[in-house]
Amino acid sequence: MSKLAPVLSAHWDEADSFTLAGYKRHGGYNAAMKALAMAPDEVIALVKDSGLRGRGGAGFPTGTKWSFIPQGDNKEHYLVVNADESEPGTCKDMPLLMANPHSLIEGMIIASYAIRASYAFIYIRGEVVHVVRRVQQAIADAYQAGLLGTNIGGKGFDLELVLHIGAGAYICGEETALLDSLEGFRGQPRLRPPFPAIAGLYARPTVVNNVESIASVPAIIEYGNEWFQSMGTEKSKGFTLYSLSGHVTNPGQIEAPLGITLRELLELSGGIRAGHTLKFWTPGGSSTPLFTAEHLDVPLDYEGVSAAGSMLGTKALQIFDETTCVVRAVLRWTEFYKHESCGKCTPCREGTWWLVQMMRDLEAGKGTPADLDKLIDITNNIAGRSFCALADGAASPIISSIKYFRAEYEAHLTHGGCPFDPIASTLFATAGRA
Amino acid sequence: MAYSSEQLAIFDSIIARYPRKRSAIMPLLHFVQSISGYVTSEGIEAIAAKLELSTAEVTAVSTFYTQYKPGPVGEYHVGICTNTLCAVMGGDAIYEAITEHLGISNDETTSDGKVSLERIECNAACDYAPVVMVNWEFYDNQTIQSVKDLVDGARAGNPPAPTRGPNSLRTWKENSAVLAGLTDGLASEGPSAGAASLLGLNLSKEGK
Repeated sequence: MSKLAPVLSAHWDEADSFTLAGYKRHGGYNAAMKALAMAPDEVIALVKDSGLRGRGGAGFPTGTKWSFIPQGDNKEHYLVVNADESEPGTCKDMPLLMANPHSLIEGMIIASYAIRASYAFIYIRGEVVHVVRRVQQAIADAYQAGLLGTNIGGKGFDLELVLHIGAGAYICGEETALLDSLEGFRGQPRLRPPFPAIAGLYARPTVVNNVESIASVPAIIEYGNEWFQSMGTEKSKGFTLYSLSGHVTNPGQIEAPLGITLRELLELSGGIRAGHTLKFWTPGGSSTPLFTAEHLDVPLDYEGVSAAGSMLGTKALQIFDETTCVVRAVLRWTEFYKHESCGKCTPCREGTWWLVQMMRDLEAGKGTPADLDKLIDITNNIAGRSFCALADGAASPIISSIKYFRAEYEAHLTHGGCPFDPIASTLFATAGRA
Repeated sequence: MAYSSEQLAIFDSIIARYPRKRSAIMPLLHFVQSISGYVTSEGIEAIAAKLELSTAEVTAVSTFYTQYKPGPVGEYHVGICTNTLCAVMGGDAIYEAITEHLGISNDETTSDGKVSLERIECNAACDYAPVVMVNWEFYDNQTIQSVKDLVDGARAGNPPAPTRGPNSLRTWKENSAVLAGLTDGLASEGPSAGAASLLGLNLSKEGK
């Protein structure tokens, strides 16, 4: 029996998988019609019981989030889908939306019905024009087919769906910054509480969910909880997209039950690139603490990764082999966090700037081993001291890399610079310098 | 430059998408870029007037987001990913070679106005590293030579087609209109998925 579980990706190899006809050929929108025949609270209960948890990083139970929306409050409710996929290493939602945008739209119909929202938004990052085209077309086709708009499927439910296109700000992937951005402001995180479920978009009760979380809902409605729970582990149910990138023989998307290990994924897909060995990897994007070869058998579910000292995050498995300088890798991520800090909170705005200065010096071989302790001290004074988790993300690669590779930092100091040849880590290295 | 009544009608249609009009500020900024190539002061003023905001409020939003450009960029805006994974896999080497090849560096445009260059952050295509974006279309699995050919083609007016995108590369202004939410009818061009996106599906079909 296959160890894999292509559900969302099951038909991506068909030439028209992104069209309404291609989606309907495999039962598309049956789940929405089924849900619209249920009571909204029944839909929430079913998704809650399924055990589906957020696929965007935090892992919060999706149905529970929906149940937080106050009902009978005579206020508009909103569903907002976070398609601002920008966490370094994360590359699952964009191929999903390019190949199968209707799974998201169908999930949004179901979720909006459940929380009693008549307006829903997709906030998509702006640097992916062709993905935008696919989603635009899918929305237009769904309206045309009576699957959006008024009296959907003749069931008396109305839903307007708006595609909102971002403009290049990583911070807008943070849900409250996303809401500020969608309201037409600079995308800066809000203080919580109040949480979006109470005061979200336009200060109204709002659910913000990741693309993959919502796109997973139609299959749960269609095939049921027994099927969904037959995959995954005790507290991490179902299937998910793992994104394998970096120094592997075959990078790409692999949909599998939660809890599969990196060792299994590598064995299935062809392993580390020929002639090389695994050095370090991220389990879920650059904001999740680094792992090494000793973590190959960690179950990649919410509890397993967390127990091993990192986070499942977005399941973005960035693989680096022994040719990669960890100091260079971490410096580049640190520069990213500095660039993307929105500037609202002083510890993050100033702190990430200082982290970059110190990391640059260390990479250039300037300084003393004592500077490493100072770097850790500064990092600890940044993490947890801001409105959002961006600064915590900046801290993760620094702290974890010093934990596993302190000697490599020190080698930069004794060597008077980076001891690695950057060309050896490129894909062109084996073919000679291009 | 005053906006035509046709253009102003598009302003209104964009505003009409939202329950509250201030939410239209981002697509309106993309729309201004589709007309002028960057965010002009006329554009800021027109948006402020339509949304009943001050020009300072609109400028504050415009300057927060890196896709809104304060001045002209090339007809083909080339973004080379130099975030960690792409950088390590060859993005740094590509960036270095292309700056040398074109004689321009980050945020600069060639003298013929054809190509501008930007170091970009992660563009959600890591399984296709090293990644280059042109006018925010995917150019996957790039090498130094392929990007040289790409920029040379762009300067000569015949850039190669994106890897996962329309059959031919559109200009910066044309793609800015798509980001304003206007359709160009090209959604059905290009593959459903690239090879890397199909890795797991194919393994599963092999019984793995």
